[in-house]
Amino acid sequence: MSAAFPAGNPMIEAAHLNVHFGSNHVVRDIAFRVAAGETYGLVGESGSGKSTVLRTIAGLIPGWDGTLRVAGEQLGHRRDRAFFRRVQMVFQDPYGSLHPRQTVDRILAEPLEVHGIPEAEARIARALEEVALPRAARFRYPHQLSGGQRQRVAIARALIADPSVLLLDEPTSALDVSVQAEVLNLLAELRQARQLTCILVSHNLAVIGHLCGRLAVMQGGRIVEELTEAQLRAGQASHPHTRDLIALSHALEG
Amino acid sequence: MSNGNLVEIRDLRVDFPNPSGFTPAVRGVSFSLGREKLGIVGESGSGKSVTGRALMRLLPEAARVRAGALRFDGIDIQAASERQMRSLRGGRIGLIMQDPKYSLNPVMTVGAQIAEAWRAHNKGGKREARDAALALLEQVRIRDPARVLDSYPHEVSGGMGQRVMIAMMLAPNPDLLIADEPTSALDASVQAEILKLIEDLVSARGMGLMLISHDLPLVGRFCDRVVVMYAGQVMEELPARDLHRAQHAYTRGLLDCMPSLGQKRARLPTLSRDPAWLEPRA
Amino acid sequence: MSGTTTRDWLLSDTPYSRAQARWGRRYQLWLAFRRNGLAVAGLAVVLAMLALALAAPLLATHDPGAQSLANRLAPPSAEHWLGTDELGRDTFSRLLYGGRVTLGMVVAVVILVAPLGLVVGCVAGYAGGLLDKVLMRVTDVFLAFPRLILALAFVAAMRPGVESAVIAIALTAWPPYARLARAETLTIRNTDYIAAVRMTGASPWRVIWKHVAPMCLPSLTVRVTLDMSSIILTAAGLGFLGLGAQPPIPEWGTMIATARRFILEQWWVPVIPGLAIFTASLAFNLLGDGLRDVLDPKQR
Repeated sequence: MSAAFPAGNPMIEAAHLNVHFGSNHVVRDIAFRVAAGETYGLVGESGSGKSTVLRTIAGLIPGWDGTLRVAGEQLGHRRDRAFFRRVQMVFQDPYGSLHPRQTVDRILAEPLEVHGIPEAEARIARALEEVALPRAARFRYPHQLSGGQRQRVAIARALIADPSVLLLDEPTSALDVSVQAEVLNLLAELRQARQLTCILVSHNLAVIGHLCGRLAVMQGGRIVEELTEAQLRAGQASHPHTRDLIALSHALEG
Repeated sequence: MSNGNLVEIRDLRVDFPNPSGFTPAVRGVSFSLGREKLGIVGESGSGKSVTGRALMRLLPEAARVRAGALRFDGIDIQAASERQMRSLRGGRIGLIMQDPKYSLNPVMTVGAQIAEAWRAHNKGGKREARDAALALLEQVRIRDPARVLDSYPHEVSGGMGQRVMIAMMLAPNPDLLIADEPTSALDASVQAEILKLIEDLVSARGMGLMLISHDLPLVGRFCDRVVVMYAGQVMEELPARDLHRAQHAYTRGLLDCMPSLGQKRARLPTLSRDPAWLEPRA
Repeated sequence: MSGTTTRDWLLSDTPYSRAQARWGRRYQLWLAFRRNGLAVAGLAVVLAMLALALAAPLLATHDPGAQSLANRLAPPSAEHWLGTDELGRDTFSRLLYGGRVTLGMVVAVVILVAPLGLVVGCVAGYAGGLLDKVLMRVTDVFLAFPRLILALAFVAAMRPGVESAVIAIALTAWPPYARLARAETLTIRNTDYIAAVRMTGASPWRVIWKHVAPMCLPSLTVRVTLDMSSIILTAAGLGFLGLGAQPPIPEWGTMIATARRFILEQWWVPVIPGLAIFTASLAFNLLGDGLRDVLDPKQR
């Protein structure tokens, strides 16, 4: 645990977080803090529990114990509507995270209806513009869009109710590299413009390094090491698993 | 006649039917492959997988396939009988697909599946087939082959499943291995091991390898030659070691737009797709 | 030409309004459906039968209840196109009016059964836990009895008649729909798109109604269409046993029941309503098969 936490109150805080799937203990006593406006990375291989942590914060997984706080408020097992206005998520697979029988317009209108936000018409148009989707995409069905366009729709949906926390679950790993670059750029811009606090889950160290200031490396449900981006790039890791991951990442870059 | 080449593809064109005619998927692809490791790289929709499938004649009936030449070891694939094709597929040509979960039979033990593949192309009894399966599992570097032999596909991990798949494909001693995104469902560390395994086996047995992938650096690391595809055409063909000196703007763009651990960039350069790339190439 | 422009409007890849997107999708489904000749034939027959039943008062050549004992069991003729029954009533007119009763019963059953099955199935599947267990055990109880026997028991307990037959059939017909909707819901509720909807903060009811149930509808529709024939047959069966529509109300099953004595001598009297039942069942089955090809999400 070498990466210093920036001063100030944390926006997201986890302490002694444990998650069980039946008899499977998938997240083991995890703790981390994310400052407002910061982007925090969770890296690990499949089965390390990184996505489970994210889904637990999002309220999609019931079987957890420990402490979770967002903006100072303690989270219970049931989340209220105000929570979902503050915290939003982008999923890995843009093919699976958009309702196959709903148009883009309908998908974007849903959060507005649920929260009773007025001026839906103008907001949807603005949201599409913000993620650089053509107006023509508005009344299309997901299967009529490309992978990158679908992920843009998913991002627009997450941001349409003005959340302050964005949870990103492998948002680019199902995309081609050229599309990945566009989506990463878009995320970087939006984060800046909207002062978002983000947690990014990925198996790709280069992607994490590109967006995150600090990161945690997970293995077997535990956080084995916390690093800053500079330490990551300089290869200053102490845990052998982290060092393996870094070496592998460098090797694949060639 | 076969001038030493295992695979020869000249001016391959594949079209898929749509409600109002045909959509081209492959538009005039030509390359040849000896007993070497060839990488075919491209983004989704570039036609790279379709090219591999066309060589094994595994495309849906409705697809329209035309080619100046489509030959495997001198055999004209377009003219071959279905019987000939069956002995090629899984006999002289092995295919490894993305997710072992879907390519292994869930209700048969791993050993039985490998033994079946072995018996389909070798003469021998049950006993010999089982021994052969065990030997194959050892070759794909499975630590406890006797145990894995009797386990079911859901009992093995993703990386292990892919090793089993490879063992199955090696059973009939093929001349060519087509690996279609063999590692994209696996973790980076397992990915490297599996590719190393494929590389070693291909070199040791003197097979040809066609590695189809979207991952340009990965292919560059494991192959001798790389064919870069875009929108159904070959943009560039070059030795893998010269990848960083690629000429074509598309190849350069693909290499450049990846985030890098070594170098910090505020913005990633994005690929601007030149409409000229879509023009038919000579 | 306006025909081509409407087609272009419907097939547009870039619709400009909600309505255009929705109609475009429907048109695509219709185009797919149209390719299946048998299914189109099934649809045509179903529509024709419904139209004939609705237009019965206009088309009937006689009063379906008017008896003429002098002219009983007459073979088809210019005066009585399909002959007369044992009380000398015109079979053609009775068939038309009978269609109103029989098809009306089918429609009533479907209107009762499909929403009930959908609600029970979706709620059980989405809620899980105790609620799921309770609802599914109730479903099992109803599934445990053969349909006709259970319907018989219900009708026997109530007063025989069209209404009680409808209620009896509905009570026995809903469990398979609940089962189907639950099975679909179980896979749908774990998808990312439902997780994304939950993350908008929508209430469970909203998630079920607006997002889960619409995904269950296609397979339910197919199932209902395929079930129509068995509903017709159950209705006819009840009628045949004298527990459905009561004479003198014309109903296809009752018509066969009362005419079965004449099967050897005046065979056309029971065979004609039998043919009507057969045609309707076959048409619904063909239609259901065609709908399955078009709507089944696993094939699209």
